[in-house]
Amino acid sequence: MKSSLNVSAFVAALVVAGLVLLPVYSNLTGNIFILTLFTRIVILALAAVSLNLILGYGGMPSFGHAAYLGIGGYAVGILAQEGIGSGYAQFAVALAASAAYALVIGALSLRTRGVYFIMITLAFAQMAYYVASGLARYGGDDGLTIYTRSDFGSLISLSNRVQFYYLCLACLLATVFLIWRIVNSRFGLVVQGLRSNEQRMQAIGFPSKRYKLVAFVIAGTLCGLSGALLANNTDFVSPAVMYWTRSGDLMVMVILGGMGTLVGPVIGAVVYLLLEELLSQITEYWALIMGPLLLLIVLFGRGGIMGLLGRLNRG
Amino acid sequence: MAEPLLRVDNLVRRFGGIVATDHVCLDVAKGEIHAIIGPNGAGKTTLISQLTGHLAPHGGSVYLAGRDITAMPAYRRCALGLARSFQITSLLPDFTAADNVALAAQAHDGSSFRFFGNARKERGLRDAAHAALARVGIEDRADVPVARLSHGEQRELELAVALATRPQLLLLDEPMAGLGVTESAEMVKLLAELRREVSIVLVEHDMEAVFALADRISVLVYGRIIASGTPDQIRANDEVKRAYLGDQHVVVKHG
Repeated sequence: MKSSLNVSAFVAALVVAGLVLLPVYSNLTGNIFILTLFTRIVILALAAVSLNLILGYGGMPSFGHAAYLGIGGYAVGILAQEGIGSGYAQFAVALAASAAYALVIGALSLRTRGVYFIMITLAFAQMAYYVASGLARYGGDDGLTIYTRSDFGSLISLSNRVQFYYLCLACLLATVFLIWRIVNSRFGLVVQGLRSNEQRMQAIGFPSKRYKLVAFVIAGTLCGLSGALLANNTDFVSPAVMYWTRSGDLMVMVILGGMGTLVGPVIGAVVYLLLEELLSQITEYWALIMGPLLLLIVLFGRGGIMGLLGRLNRG
Repeated sequence: MAEPLLRVDNLVRRFGGIVATDHVCLDVAKGEIHAIIGPNGAGKTTLISQLTGHLAPHGGSVYLAGRDITAMPAYRRCALGLARSFQITSLLPDFTAADNVALAAQAHDGSSFRFFGNARKERGLRDAAHAALARVGIEDRADVPVARLSHGEQRELELAVALATRPQLLLLDEPMAGLGVTESAEMVKLLAELRREVSIVLVEHDMEAVFALADRISVLVYGRIIASGTPDQIRANDEVKRAYLGDQHVVVKHG
């Protein structure tokens, strides 16, 4: 047990070190593309980490998590369009709107479980997608171009590639730290207990729905942060970021990396998005290779990459 | 007469056309062990589930210490001092024994909306957990994941979890189910000790255990209570013999 923990910790440290040093590599080799690619990976890893709180630790398979990417993104885009360029205002609205949406959707969908929960979260996200498509003033189907990135004054410039990358990475690491504290806290143990046996938790005196709802809201809010960063990264937001396939991507990242593990979703996001990038350079039918590959990992690597690492070490 | 700790008044629960709980009346005094016996399918677990709030009755009322709890959700009944063990072991399989009990202690120790401190390092909760594990005699298995405990240990852990909620009334649904002879004897000894601290409703098939422990016994057949009284009265009751003990003498001897 102990040595398997060490392998996971070692890999986690390696990934973090790699992410921290990436801009140095990019600078030395003059490879700007890799920095752009990894900015996107880090942002989506943040979204996957937030999903892992409810999917992995809480056992709530939300199939509508990409909705928050859109809400966070549109908060930035719409405010920018209306002349409010302050990053503080934009990010505050992005987080608040995501939290409010999660509160409403959670209160409704947590009355169900299993397949019904999957379907209802999916349905709400698709609703958000169609609402965004109908926003004619903000680009509708075509999306909304963001002409100036969120303005944080002299503190940090989001237009500077390296500074922006480090901002995203800091947000990711802070989120991982937060999740780490949460899952070991009283609240976190209750949420994991509910995944394990909800009836038992009610019998020892926990009002289960409340705890699940709070976890759902925390996850949604953190994903809203990811959405605000994503919009800044692409200088653009469109309904497509909320499409159900995007929610599916996030789920795959979490499952691939290892549900209910701290850094699993980060590793899952890195591997998934790198594979997507590499395979799509080889052939335009990259999905034909990606699909079976993911199937193999899910079928034979129970517990995802983190699970594999653990077994590799024990065996 | 003083208000009994638990009073069940004309409780009714139907499943389709079947009346699983048929106008059941029952009371449990403070400090009493009240056993409910009856053949398989008599509706014992259905009755327990209505007492704990996992199942809503279609008629009648349940009072705990004089308070009407009929419509109260399970978690609030638990806060009032009602704890249960499950017939089919129901624990948190991916947690350790100590975690299972500590969570029960946590449920009754202030708010669980704390997001930052490490709950596994909270002295008070860990001490309570170890005390409850020691009470049922499995303290040395505290750090073993539930999935790797033996069946007997899991039954004992069920009891420790219920005790950690500091109940006034324990509802035990077949605590001896699946235990070997020695394990059963230990459980009887444990329950005999516990009666000084807590009132118990005991649903059990092990007749030897029931007659050794119970102050009063109620016999449930097809959802109805056909007799209620001291062990001696139940033993002498003709209707009980016909309806239950007679048919199922194998069970009686098996104990």
